[in-house]
This record gives sequence, structure tokens and C-alpha cells, in this order.
Amino acid sequence: MTPLTGYLLVAALLFAMGLAGALVRRNAILVLIGIELMLNAANLNFIAFWRYGPHPEALTGMMFAIFSIAIAAAEAAVGLGLVIAIYRHAQTTDLDKMNRMKG
Amino acid sequence: MTVVFYLIATLTLAGGLAAVLLKHLVHCALAVTVAFGGLALLFLSLDAQFAGFAQILVYIGAVAILIVFAILLTRGSELPKDGVFSRTWLVGLAIAAGVFSVLGWAVLESAQSLPQQSAVPAVTVHDIGNALVGRYVLPLEIVALLLTAATIGAVIVALHEKDGAQ
Repeated sequence: MTPLTGYLLVAALLFAMGLAGALVRRNAILVLIGIELMLNAANLNFIAFWRYGPHPEALTGMMFAIFSIAIAAAEAAVGLGLVIAIYRHAQTTDLDKMNRMKG
Repeated sequence: MTVVFYLIATLTLAGGLAAVLLKHLVHCALAVTVAFGGLALLFLSLDAQFAGFAQILVYIGAVAILIVFAILLTRGSELPKDGVFSRTWLVGLAIAAGVFSVLGWAVLESAQSLPQQSAVPAVTVHDIGNALVGRYVLPLEIVALLLTAATIGAVIVALHEKDGAQ
């Protein structure tokens, strides 16, 4: 197994874990944690391809990962703000109980 | 493939698995912090020092703390009575397993055509800074604007009270 394959497999496994977390857990915060894991798995792919790609000095994969980290921080802030707003409204963060479009 | 890679990969995957499976939300937040740390170590082992330290700063320093705050503010530390997994957990698990099998199959099938060993890229933080204010200056400004808007938006969303509640 080459190093790049190893990193790609770790990223694929991490992505699947994040997806499973986002799909099977009831708590909205856990869904956000799953989404963060998926974003991180994508970042790992970018960095791995940057490292083993033919032109690492062009910095494309590295830049994509850095911007992706910045976007993920914004996403976490807005997502957790939404969770807190929904909790204040519905007194729960259980996604199975949020089954109405109209409060 | 060194021993170090296997150790870091095991740590990261164990953290991710624990974050998804543990019952208590606070434990999940701690486990996901371990996974973020493992990912930072993976970045460092890929010679991406800047991304590794940015990962530690942003994820362990900010996102993990935000998650803990959200858990405390929503009383998420109490265990729900009717289980932590959704009613449709089997479907979700099947989808995740399907996605992983497709991704793993694609990686293993293309293993021969992927690039093999290569020299350590001679990229310094100086180069990254030059690229950020040179070629990538427009995305940098857009990200700065987005972060400002997202922070203000998050505060407004979380502050919003229903009319007459205050």
C-alpha cells in the first residue's frame, strides 16, 4: 500500500463515520459534529493530494484546505447558533421531535 | 507506510468512531477533539505544517469550545430517555456503509495510477503568505467578509427572542 492510498483510505473511513453520525444520531449537535468530521476528511484528501501531486509548489491543494478550514469555522458558528435558537423555541435538540414546519 | 502513520490513523479513527457512538454528548465532544488532534498530526506528517497548526488553532481552539458551549446551553448533557439513535438508524448506517465501500473501492482500484513516493515539497509559511496576498487575495477577502457576516449572523440568530418574550 502506498502512503497516498493509506491517507485516502483513512479519509474515506472518516467521511463514512461522519456521514453515519449525521444520519443516525438524534441530537442536532451530534449531526453538526458529523458534518465537521466529513469536512475534515475532505481536507485530509486535499492535503494528501497536494503532498503527493506533481506540483506541490503551486499550493492549490493547500490553499483549498486552508479556505475550507475557514469556511468550516463559519459553518460551525452559524450551525451552533441555529441549534441554540431552535432549542430556545422547541425546548429540545432531538431532531426526531422537530417534525413541524410551523412552530 | 510507517508505524507513526498507523498510530496516528488509529487515534484519529478511534476518536471519530467514539464521537459518533458514545451516549453522553460531552464525551462525544471530547472524542471529536481527539479526532481533530489526530487530523492535525496527519497534516503535520504530510509536511503541511501551516495547515496542521491552523487545524489545531481553529478546530481544537474554536470549534471544540463552541460545541461544548452549545452542549451546555442546550442541556445536552442529560441523557435522552428514548435512546440516542434515530428511528431510521439502519437506513443511515446502510447509506454510510455504501458510501464507504464505493470510496474504498475507487481508492483501491486506482492505487496503481496514483502518484507514488515524492520528494518533500519545499514550501515555507513565507510562500503560503505570499500566495495568500498574491494569487489568492480575492478568495482571502471573500473569506474575511464571509467570516464577519457568519459571526454577526450567528450572534443575531442565537440572540433572537420571540416578540414580547423580553
